[in-house]
Amino acid sequence: MATSELSPPVPQLRAARRRWGEDVIKGLLALCALVSVATTVGIVVALFIPAIEFFREVSVWDYLTGTEWTALFSEPSFGVLPLVAGTVLVTLVAVLVCAPFGLGAAIYLSEYAHGRARNFFKPTLEVLAGIPTVVYGYFALTFVTPLLQDVGFNVGPFSALSAALVMGVMLIPTVASVSEDAMSAVPRDLRQGAYALGSTRLQVSTRIVVPAAISGIIASFVLAISRAVGETMIVLIAAGGQPNLTLNPTEAVQTMTAFIAATAQGDVATGTIAYKTIFAVGATLFVMTLVMNMVSIRLVRRFREVYE
Amino acid sequence: MSAMPGALGGGARRRGRLSGLAFHGFLLFSLAIGIATLGALLVQVVVEGWRYVDAVLLFEPPSAEPALAGAEPAILATIFLGFLLILLTVPIGVGTAVYLEEYADKERWYNRWLEINIQNLAAVPSIVYGILGLAFLVRGLGLGRVLLAGAFILTLLVLPTVIIAAREAIRAVPGSIREGAYALGATKWQVVWRQVLPGATPGIATGSILALSRALGETAPLLLVGALTYVSFNPTLFGDFTALPVQIYQYISRPQEEFRGIAAGAIIVLLAILLTLNSLAIWLRNRYQRKW
Repeated sequence: MATSELSPPVPQLRAARRRWGEDVIKGLLALCALVSVATTVGIVVALFIPAIEFFREVSVWDYLTGTEWTALFSEPSFGVLPLVAGTVLVTLVAVLVCAPFGLGAAIYLSEYAHGRARNFFKPTLEVLAGIPTVVYGYFALTFVTPLLQDVGFNVGPFSALSAALVMGVMLIPTVASVSEDAMSAVPRDLRQGAYALGSTRLQVSTRIVVPAAISGIIASFVLAISRAVGETMIVLIAAGGQPNLTLNPTEAVQTMTAFIAATAQGDVATGTIAYKTIFAVGATLFVMTLVMNMVSIRLVRRFREVYE
Repeated sequence: MSAMPGALGGGARRRGRLSGLAFHGFLLFSLAIGIATLGALLVQVVVEGWRYVDAVLLFEPPSAEPALAGAEPAILATIFLGFLLILLTVPIGVGTAVYLEEYADKERWYNRWLEINIQNLAAVPSIVYGILGLAFLVRGLGLGRVLLAGAFILTLLVLPTVIIAAREAIRAVPGSIREGAYALGATKWQVVWRQVLPGATPGIATGSILALSRALGETAPLLLVGALTYVSFNPTLFGDFTALPVQIYQYISRPQEEFRGIAAGAIIVLLAILLTLNSLAIWLRNRYQRKW
């Protein structure tokens, strides 16, 4: 403590002597940061090397355009479209639930709610976000599916609809919190200007705040889509286990994630083509979510740059 | 921000008020859906599972016989995993956060890449981490389907969350505190260790506990590192294991109706554990968070 090392804000002054201990510490901290880099490299290597081996045996074209997925049969067919269709279907329905209601919740929390209402609704949404997905799966299977049957939907014990509805509600907090962040970054002056011109709260919300926060709102939707695509347990439990090329939500479907989970549970021998499908489908999933995450990160940065 | 009377004519004003009311109704409905679902979910779980929360569930291993089926090994493994996760994620996560906030030169391309990389990792689907574990830990390193492999994978999974929370906590410590310490002749590490980290501890603890509770509820990655096995003995580091969410999944997928009830009972136990953790996090936040 007694030496004359001074702070970085005064760059023209230097430490009297080099402190090796400090350098070692900096090195150790950088090493911690490297764990994240190693994780990314590990994910890419783990996914793409077996995936490339897979595509030596199955052509990329057949994989991307094939309409039959029977990877575990004795005469397998590797058309990924049924799995992609299952994922798209579930995602679509889930987003139809979480986008409007998540946005509605965000507008309420940001523009309408005061003290007590906010203090009740915000933690409740946080609790909703904190429930494990396996529990949501149980809820979809034992509560939502019978409920859908009771109100007259023609659904079997497993259906895309049931899983997707529950997933949609699960994603409401995600959309709400990212959208609300974006809305609270909109400067107060804009709102006050609109109120001064005689706007109602509805007009201020929909014509001032939402347009001003639009990149953040879109980012929240993209994030929700990416979460829906990557979600595993709800669809594994409640959506069924058969690949099914359909866009009818009342049917049972298998998503990419559910396929991976279901296949990896079984005793698939290492090195077989069935084992490699886990990685090929995983790589497809990873690329899809990565693209969406990059878009979302860009959009969030955009609204931060505009107003902060 | 109350609505102000506008200079509209009578009819237009009434229409405006009506659509304003309808909009307000829609917003409340948006929140009601979430809350109603949460309520229905809790009621469903408690009604179905309450009578299965007993000594058998807590102190017996799983069984094919519903009356004898418990979840003791899974509950213990989840608690075990929790301690391992804290030991692994907190040092690495806080270390990374300190590096990024206090040491890294943000103009350097590699540090910017590091930041984007962490943001991306936070959004990678959890099952992809499972594939990583399957390829490298279970088969590649030959670690096998053991508890430690599960702990490593969950560590990597929540590390970005812990890093992001820790960075926010560190950023909230005002620069004047650092400058004061520097002015007294402290070295960089002395500033970090004696000033910044103590000030950021409540935030770091809250973020880490929330991340822990998320990790302990994860199922999908554990399925891939082989937690879905019949385990009738209590967990060890290098032994076969199953975790509570995986056990729940396994009971849900059994054909007999009773097992769904047992699954609901196990869900009550899981939610109780997670709720305790979350309350602890919120209590820490309210009790120790400093306003600078």
